[in-house]
Amino acid sequence: MSNIDYNTRVVEMKNITKKFGDFTANDNIDLTVHKGEIHALLGENGAGKTTLMNILYGLYQPTSGEIFINGQKVQVTNPNVAIGLGIGMVHQHFMLIDPFTVTQNIMLGMEESKGLGILDLDKATKKVEELSKKYGLYVDPNAYIQDISVGMQQRVEILKALYRGADILILDEPTAVLTPQEIEELMVIMRSLTDQGKTVIIITHKLKEIKQVADYCTIIRRGKKIDTVKVEDVSEEELASMMVGRNVSFKVDKAHKEPGEVVLEIDNLYVKDNRGLDAVKGLSLQLRKGEVLGIAGVDGNGQKELLEALTGLRKAESGRILMKGKDITNLSPREIIDSGINNIPEDRQKRGLVLDFTVAENLILENYHKKPFSNKGRLNHKAIDDFASESIEKFDVRPRNIRQLAGALSGGNQQKVILAREITNDPDVLIAAQPTRGLDVGAIEYVHKYLINQRDNDKAVLLISFELDEIMDVSDRIAVIYNGKIVDVIDAKDADEKTIGLLMAGGGVDNE
Amino acid sequence: MNKGNKIVITFISILFGLIVGALALLIAGFNPLEAYQIMFQGIFGSPKYISWTIVRSTPLILTGISVAFAFKTGLFNIGAEGQYIIGSLVATLVGYFFELPIVIHAIVAMLAGCLAAAIWGGIAGLLKARFGINEVITTIMLNWTALYFSNYVVFWEPFKRPNRDASQQILDTASIEILENWKVSDAGREFLSNNQFLKDFLNPPVNFGFIIAILVAILVWYILKHTTLGYQLKAVGFNRDAAEYGGIDIKKNMVVAMMIAGAIAGLAGATQVLGVSKETAILTAAEGYGFDGMAVALIASSNPIACIPAGLLFGGLKYAGSKLQPSIGAPLEVINITIGVIVFFIAMPKLIHILQSAISKRKRGVKVENTK
Amino acid sequence: MKKKLLALLLAGVLVFSLAACSGSSDQPADENGDETSTEEQLKIGMVTDEGGVHDQSFNQSAWEGLQKAEEELGIKASYVESKQDGDFAPNFETMLEADNDLIWGIGFKLADAVLDAAKNNPDQRYAIVDHTYGDKTPENVVCVMFKQEQPSFLVGYIAAHMTEANNVGFVGGIEGDIIWAFDYGYQAGVQYAAKELGKEIKVQRQYAESFSDVAKGKAIAQQMYQQGADIVFHAAGDVGTGVIEAAKEQGKWAIGVDRDQNYLAPDNVLTSAMKRVDVGVFNVVKELVNGNFLGGQTITYGLADGGAVDIAPTSNKHVPQEILDKVEELKQKIINGELEVPYNEETYKAFVDSL
Repeated sequence: MSNIDYNTRVVEMKNITKKFGDFTANDNIDLTVHKGEIHALLGENGAGKTTLMNILYGLYQPTSGEIFINGQKVQVTNPNVAIGLGIGMVHQHFMLIDPFTVTQNIMLGMEESKGLGILDLDKATKKVEELSKKYGLYVDPNAYIQDISVGMQQRVEILKALYRGADILILDEPTAVLTPQEIEELMVIMRSLTDQGKTVIIITHKLKEIKQVADYCTIIRRGKKIDTVKVEDVSEEELASMMVGRNVSFKVDKAHKEPGEVVLEIDNLYVKDNRGLDAVKGLSLQLRKGEVLGIAGVDGNGQKELLEALTGLRKAESGRILMKGKDITNLSPREIIDSGINNIPEDRQKRGLVLDFTVAENLILENYHKKPFSNKGRLNHKAIDDFASESIEKFDVRPRNIRQLAGALSGGNQQKVILAREITNDPDVLIAAQPTRGLDVGAIEYVHKYLINQRDNDKAVLLISFELDEIMDVSDRIAVIYNGKIVDVIDAKDADEKTIGLLMAGGGVDNE
Repeated sequence: MNKGNKIVITFISILFGLIVGALALLIAGFNPLEAYQIMFQGIFGSPKYISWTIVRSTPLILTGISVAFAFKTGLFNIGAEGQYIIGSLVATLVGYFFELPIVIHAIVAMLAGCLAAAIWGGIAGLLKARFGINEVITTIMLNWTALYFSNYVVFWEPFKRPNRDASQQILDTASIEILENWKVSDAGREFLSNNQFLKDFLNPPVNFGFIIAILVAILVWYILKHTTLGYQLKAVGFNRDAAEYGGIDIKKNMVVAMMIAGAIAGLAGATQVLGVSKETAILTAAEGYGFDGMAVALIASSNPIACIPAGLLFGGLKYAGSKLQPSIGAPLEVINITIGVIVFFIAMPKLIHILQSAISKRKRGVKVENTK
Repeated sequence: MKKKLLALLLAGVLVFSLAACSGSSDQPADENGDETSTEEQLKIGMVTDEGGVHDQSFNQSAWEGLQKAEEELGIKASYVESKQDGDFAPNFETMLEADNDLIWGIGFKLADAVLDAAKNNPDQRYAIVDHTYGDKTPENVVCVMFKQEQPSFLVGYIAAHMTEANNVGFVGGIEGDIIWAFDYGYQAGVQYAAKELGKEIKVQRQYAESFSDVAKGKAIAQQMYQQGADIVFHAAGDVGTGVIEAAKEQGKWAIGVDRDQNYLAPDNVLTSAMKRVDVGVFNVVKELVNGNFLGGQTITYGLADGGAVDIAPTSNKHVPQEILDKVEELKQKIINGELEVPYNEETYKAFVDSL
């Protein structure tokens, strides 16, 4: 399986140190990557992986240290220099223009011209098609970005880099946004890239993927390099403990618990999506006290619309939602929160946090109008600060600074802030949508512990996730959603990956 | 970036602006030093100039706060101009037609101007909340509507002053000019003739508008910082989706935000009428108080308190700039370019950052070369 | 960081001091010149309204008058433009500070500002165009007025003779004494000629309620032409530009105002009712140079006063000589006082009754 050419060191970073003010993001890091290798950079959120790669890509200048590309010492002063050196980077957040087509996005800044500034779209389209065939990166060159899935968009980003002649591809958390199937496909793509002599560096904290695809792995913890290991030689557990610096348990500990009465009941619910088409089509579900009910399914089967209808952000067309027997269908978000439903939103940066607010301000987003945080329209800054200090201590938000802007926190710490806010309300129903997306092992463990904790306190948790492992680990019962309906509800004890996977893909149901 | 640093950067920006402005003057064939000296003298040369600067700056501070406030809540209030016009019109109407005791009359006129302008601004907010029409477009259109509406009302027979392109003047009871009648009374004249400083200082129509502007700046700062209303408005401004998710009624907040912004811009118009112009003129084009307010908000980086010095600076530049015409004969265009350049630089502390990093980068580049 | 900022500051100061060096060299001469010449060289300033000094009309004309005075009388002239009504008072203040011997306010919009300034500064001389405070004119103010009804009467007379449709129009700016004088003078001229010719001529009148809305002027004129008028006279500043445009497009006649506007549409501007603000301004300055300030007075320029008001010299392009000869006779009659031209509704009614 190896195409590694050990004689060619395509990337060599030596003694890289990067300081932001007093904070050292990278502390004397060495990194060597050979041609044809898939090299994983492993580390917790905020460990400094992305910083290191941003230095390689010219987005940051190192405080000290040297970079060699193909044995030549280089100064990567900006991304254009990096591109010139054959380095391409696909960021976690894509940089695509929605109303442009795939081809238009790919050629952006390197437009094919017929001369006199007239675009030669045909030529560019052909080039894109060739590239996508060569590396198995299937995309429709004429589709608009806004119409294609996230997985497709990622391929467009990779193609964009290849179009610019990249030989070294840096992928920043490439699987964070993908479905299991898309992840599989990405692995194949990475392999085919190295088969053709490209080199891939992936930034990730998903051990399973590293084991699956990477040849070598460099582990970074708190800005320092811990080790570079050959992936074959280590276990997931060993990688995890190197990453977090302690032993980690993958098993979610939970005692058996008899579920209580029904708290939340969804009855024949219909919800339309943004295009006005039915996305949730007659969905019924019951959630009981003292259980975690997982909703498994592939993205785009109505989870988003269901979640928004449940939280009052989207209007239900018909059907009912009952909370403890009370009809809460189409109430305002605030009324729903007050009825005892809290929610960890799917997109923490879009819905969950006001990034320009401080941690303290974010912690009161749902309760700012209540005592003690305010009184007769006046904010009580002392009560807010006290609450915030307590919360970040309890939920281990780093850094311990309630004045920190939420946007400056790492993903895991952002999620902790949301968790702190939602759980403080002690809701009867907690709806957790993708609560661990983009989080590292340590943070995932933490979130899962809190979800179980809620359940143990006789509260109900509705977990919506695209990560089947997570659903299987945490849930008591698993409801599989397909095409806007719950196709089956299975007791977690009896569930196996194969059956659920089949249900998720619409197997066993008649396609309407 | 900490606060102290920010202030230093602002001062450097002002300096840069002055330097580039000097180049503009040089190119146009005027001696920049002489020009700046005239401008400096023109602001600080006499107590009279200082009070003129304050008088001229007052409406700009208020329209600046209006724009800054809207901006903090995620809205771009291009409509301060129209809200200003409505505020002045209604204040004039109340100031002329109502007969009320002194002080009360002025307060009623001001509140009426605020209220009318709040409704005017609220229209744009409502259109955005209800139909999703961008407030930039509606406020621009409402500016023109306000202008023509104001002209229409001023042409109304009982309101128009014969032989003038303007309305009747407000009654004395509605005036907020300080010591207006005393200044020209015999006693006042006599007293002032013995007190040159006061005489000079009170020569322009010094009025309570400036104090009102300061109070409004503090009030707006307080609302944004210390009230649930401010919290809500900011949350909607920073991240509408998260605010909605948190249970905040974003539509209502948009309307409220535009109404408050409108009220502040309307207050600018009202104080100008009650303290300075005493009338509403027939307008052929927008007078630019609202647009200058955008520049002020920009300089102040949308901080309501910072709008006070920013407004004074902008108003001072404009006031002192007009003195260049008779003294060195620089045409208004050159003066406006110079002022524009200065504002441009002040509003772009980012540019200073870029320059800084460029300089430091070059230095490092040199170092690396040397070590080779 | 701090060091860098300091460096930047220093750089700035350096540039400044450089500018200072280059600037100061030609400075002293100027100042000395000022010192000695205040005795002989008079300083005259003017404050414009929002139109500014390049408005192609009123303000520009006034400034031309001052420039002519600068050339011929050796005074020193300067101006300051107003951008909004709020600028009037501080601009007069600025002019006051600049030690001017005489400060002009151009246009009746500045009437209040001039009066306020004059009252507050009894030792300063002021002058205003197009407004009179009548008996209440302060001793330090001279008012310059024009009998705009007189040239309007003459162009009205010409219009009546030239119209084939027996239908003419008048477009005014904003109603008020000044524009009324144009309006009624013109109507009187038309009716006077109609009587003479023994026919009935209709006069359409409309006010644009603006001095700047070109589009509105055009629309009004188009409307008038469609309703049968073949000649339209305007007294509406820039609005009139639209009137002349409409005449050009429809191949009809327009009559210009203030200056000879024939150059705007040589084939369509029949004549113009000239009101030479520059002449008025120049004459007052000339008096002052001769040591004669006409404070407290209102100087009114009519046909008798050396061309300050008249019909345009290009009138002979389109108007037949026999009509111009008659106009010349009328002019004499007006100058002699045989004929009194009405200037408002009241006097107009009396005039028509007397015909």
